[in-house]
Amino acid sequence: MNNSLAVVLIASGVAYGTPLLFASLGELLAERSGVLNLGVEGMMLVGAVMGFWTVERVHATTAFTLVLALLIAALAGAVMAAILAFLVVTLRANQIVSGLALTIFAGAAGLSSYLGNNLNLADRPARHSFQAFLPNSMQNWPIVGPILFGQNALVYFSWVCVVVIALYLSRTRLGLNLRAVGESPAAADTMGINVTRYRYVHVLVGGAFAGLGGATITLAITPQWVSGITEGAGWIAIALVIFAFWRPELCLVGAYFFGALQALAPQLQARNISLGPTVLWANALPYLMTIAVLVVVSSGTTRRRLGAPAALGVAYVREEH
Amino acid sequence: MAQAAAPAIETIGITKRFPGTVANDRVDFSAVPGEVHALLGENGAGKTTLSNVLTGLYRPDEGEVRLFGEPVSFTCPRDAIDAGVCMVHQHFRLVERFTVAENLVLGDRRGAGRHFLIDPRAVEGQVRELGERYRLPVDSRARIWQLSVGEQQRVAILNALYQNARVLFLDEPTAVLTPDEADTLFETLRQMAAEGRTVIFISHKLHEVMAVSDRVTVLRDGRVVGTVKTSEATPQSLTALMVGHDLQTVTRVPAASVREETVLDVEDLWADGDRGVPAVKGVSLRVRAGEIVAIAGVAGNGQRELADSITGLRPHTRGEMRVGGAALKNGDPRAAFDAGVRYVPEDRLGTGVAPSLSIAWNLALRAYRHLSRGPLLRLRRMRTDAEQAIQAYDIKSSGPAMQAANLSGGNLQKLVIAREFSGAMKLLVAASPTRGLDVSAVETVHEHLLDAAATGGGVLLISEDLDEILALNDRVVVMYEGEVSEVEDRQSVEEIGLRMAGATPSESPEPADPAPSPSPTA
Repeated sequence: MNNSLAVVLIASGVAYGTPLLFASLGELLAERSGVLNLGVEGMMLVGAVMGFWTVERVHATTAFTLVLALLIAALAGAVMAAILAFLVVTLRANQIVSGLALTIFAGAAGLSSYLGNNLNLADRPARHSFQAFLPNSMQNWPIVGPILFGQNALVYFSWVCVVVIALYLSRTRLGLNLRAVGESPAAADTMGINVTRYRYVHVLVGGAFAGLGGATITLAITPQWVSGITEGAGWIAIALVIFAFWRPELCLVGAYFFGALQALAPQLQARNISLGPTVLWANALPYLMTIAVLVVVSSGTTRRRLGAPAALGVAYVREEH
Repeated sequence: MAQAAAPAIETIGITKRFPGTVANDRVDFSAVPGEVHALLGENGAGKTTLSNVLTGLYRPDEGEVRLFGEPVSFTCPRDAIDAGVCMVHQHFRLVERFTVAENLVLGDRRGAGRHFLIDPRAVEGQVRELGERYRLPVDSRARIWQLSVGEQQRVAILNALYQNARVLFLDEPTAVLTPDEADTLFETLRQMAAEGRTVIFISHKLHEVMAVSDRVTVLRDGRVVGTVKTSEATPQSLTALMVGHDLQTVTRVPAASVREETVLDVEDLWADGDRGVPAVKGVSLRVRAGEIVAIAGVAGNGQRELADSITGLRPHTRGEMRVGGAALKNGDPRAAFDAGVRYVPEDRLGTGVAPSLSIAWNLALRAYRHLSRGPLLRLRRMRTDAEQAIQAYDIKSSGPAMQAANLSGGNLQKLVIAREFSGAMKLLVAASPTRGLDVSAVETVHEHLLDAAATGGGVLLISEDLDEILALNDRVVVMYEGEVSEVEDRQSVEEIGLRMAGATPSESPEPADPAPSPSPTA
């Protein structure tokens, strides 16, 4: 029963969806503060390469190395995000252009590939990677075993993140302030909330999450590094935030859906079921999603209907002299 | 009034400069606890600048602010709020998607909503109590966007009260209210003053200032020209202070130029607003040649959508329009222009002109087909045409090459009028044509509207300014929630006011009768 297509698809959907989930949670935090971060793909790639580099270079226990790798990946993502924050919050540059530029700069033909190739990370198996860590007896339970208990630690960590972020947004003062900054920076500013600080912090934390998402790919899913390994996951993550109506719990559902979609082709292939040209559609998905995102964020009416933060994409200038 | 006590708020020699202008010039101003103090002045006189200085949004270049005798220096609005100085802005600074309670919790630093884990319900009791005490009823669980503009204003005032405001500034608070709502607001303000708070009421409307204030400080060109007790002032004396000379108001001889020929005939018109819900709901109306039909109403009742539909900017979903007898093509601005429809839009800088283009180019936007030879523009002709227009319409500028964005409001409006009055005009749609203009520019614009009617054009005047409507109209139609109804007595403030608040006409069985009632009389 645990080998049935449905169970395998859901289980691998959860695993493949986890990088998407991390990245979309990060994007959600940035967008809730009013900053559209189109640099997620680049931040994921940099996180992926830096995480993998840590695992290759640091000689310590597996657990310590992996945690350190995650921290370094998150830090790398945050550093990239700091560039974006400086451009769009301090210099008030166009958010779409800045984000795209950052992704191109860090992307498959840029910084991340340069780092990976220069540090000789290609074609090497990971020295450590995340494995399922609950007892085998639990993993063998029918249906829920592989789906819920057969996952690696990052999956469980992502669940904690979803809960924490959901509570943060809906129940805490900081979350309320954050939402106010994204909806009406002028009102927030009047009430004494530092708009610039909130935007910086959440873009940086968002970048850290993207880095974490990238490292999830190189440390848990395909424990190796190749150039452009995220294959557009960042774009899907951005689209996910929109389809999840800017709510973390729906990001989780969406991430697993797209994760399962990603797992579909190899699973069918393994069972000798031919998909034919549909595979092409799956490969085109990130790009179609990108177009969808750009259409949605540039149409005011659609944005309002979906519930986008009202100040998303708009730099804040206090009317003062 | 505790005249002997220290003033609640006081400025000494406040000067605030902006590039090219001095917005406040050595302003001395003081208000005592327990009074409603009006700040009166024309647009651009420096009222808003002064209040922004006093509430922490601007920092003065020179001078001192004292609060209850103590010198203070606010670096941001929050400093002012913490000191008990709050401002209700013209555009309320509320988070639209939040509930009323969430908005109050947002700024709460000492009340029931200050905790790290937020509980908007904790403040509900207090909202209800404040609402009852000050006659500001509002549902604390409603989201701001669901509330009418008047209700949103109540929330903004409640927020200030919740923050324990000792000094409250209100910037043109009645601009968005019906006359009835304004009266209720005045009672609230009086009550707040009676409790020892200081209310500073910013306005350029004389009758409101006379109605609500204890004292008036008049500003002109950034300077204080006088502070008087309201009881010792008259509208005439205040006007003289405000503008420096007595005003002659434009008067309209009703129906003087009205002819029988219909220029605009709208039948059962429906159009959607920006959010996709109907904003114009079955409007029928008729404008005759030489007639000024005024559409009164609080902004946001579908006036903008109606004007957009008539001028072709917004496709209508149902109904028909004829200009000079010929049906108008739906949603085609050029067809409307060719049919003789001219438009002076509400947003004169954004919609009325292309701000970064020069005067000459802006004038050519309508007439470019006459100003071109093949694909090429005749630049010299454009220049001379522009020079003539600048002369004819008295546009104060440095010449045809000056950027439209650098014109003052009044001259910008003259530019729009100069462009729109070109060619064969049949119908002029003017939306809030004098909003934000100073008195002399208002006069000029009114003269142009009267001119348009006198030369046989029909004028559809959409305005929120009752004085303007009373001065110019041949007929008055009130627009409320997308529907129109004709007012019986075109000079009755009471009737127009009631209709603006949504009262249905008690007598006339066909409120939106498109057929003109027998010649309107005064």
